[in-house]
Amino acid sequence: MSTAAVSQIDEVKSTPWSGGRSPFNVEYGKMMMWFFLLSDAFTFSSLLIAYGALRFSAYAWPEASLVFQSVPGLIKHGAPLVFVGLMTFILIVSSVTMVLAVEAGHRNSRKEVIMWMILTVIFGLSFLGCQALEWAHLHSEGFWWSSIPTDPKKLAEFFDPKLHLAYASQASSAHQFANLFFTITGFHGFHVFTGVIINIIITVNVLLGTYEKRGSYLMIEKVGLYWHFVDLVWVFVFTFFYLV
Amino acid sequence: MSTETTEIHAEHGGHEDGMTKKRILKVALILTAITCVEFFIALYLVPNYTTFAHTWANPLYICLTLLKAFYIVAFFMHLKFERASLVFAVIVPILFIIGLILVLTNESHHWIDLRM
Repeated sequence: MSTAAVSQIDEVKSTPWSGGRSPFNVEYGKMMMWFFLLSDAFTFSSLLIAYGALRFSAYAWPEASLVFQSVPGLIKHGAPLVFVGLMTFILIVSSVTMVLAVEAGHRNSRKEVIMWMILTVIFGLSFLGCQALEWAHLHSEGFWWSSIPTDPKKLAEFFDPKLHLAYASQASSAHQFANLFFTITGFHGFHVFTGVIINIIITVNVLLGTYEKRGSYLMIEKVGLYWHFVDLVWVFVFTFFYLV
Repeated sequence: MSTETTEIHAEHGGHEDGMTKKRILKVALILTAITCVEFFIALYLVPNYTTFAHTWANPLYICLTLLKAFYIVAFFMHLKFERASLVFAVIVPILFIIGLILVLTNESHHWIDLRM
């Protein structure tokens, strides 16, 4: 019976796309992380595209160089992009330390993984601290969800003086700006926050030797994907809120 | 469970040489350099050259941003070294985002007339 030739239709298929093995050739968790990130990319894109559409349809928009021109605690005026530049560099550096942790994981070097992961957590926390300062500064200027500076003179300071805009259009743009800014940077900040929590959990696991026992540091790659995605989103938020 | 992950990890070993420390450093320097160019445009070119500010600044920012996004996704997220099927599974749905951008930027030019 067992020696009978297998007909073609009963033959076990072994090629990708026919159920034999994954056509993606990545571990299940990593593949699902990619698809989660894709869905998250849609969420962030929707927010940013809504921001773009509202900004395009406004007569004027608060000037980034006038709204973001302080370094909290140090410089009050005339330093556009300095503080957010610092935040951008912190996030890029944290991305680099994360990819170094992944690289150390490939070599199964537990000590290096721990060092790079701790650095990534520290940079992540510093980014969150900077963002808290940035929010506190804007809040002290009078911006918050559905709230803008009450004094029209103060509000006019955030717009290009050459445009001579009516108060009503300044107020409606500033409202939209405030809502979108806090919603989008808040949603991004929430991702950074969860990323830091996940990184801490993974670091504790590395310290406990979980992945040493498992024989692979693949988990570092998965959280690494999430962390890089957070950096990726910031690249876009930075361009569309602070530069354009 | 543990043997499975080890196996997959070993399978990956073949093309894992994609990201060496040297290469990581190189990509990090490229990202930093692009950010510096963006700052140069924002802090020097835009305040000093008004025609440049109204014409080339924003398209340049967007190109530089996409370039940074490419380096992060391709090298840091390792997508360049994955199989083509995974690359397409991730990249092709982005077309929907491009579609939404085209629709809503077009639409927003009509909204401004409605505000009169």
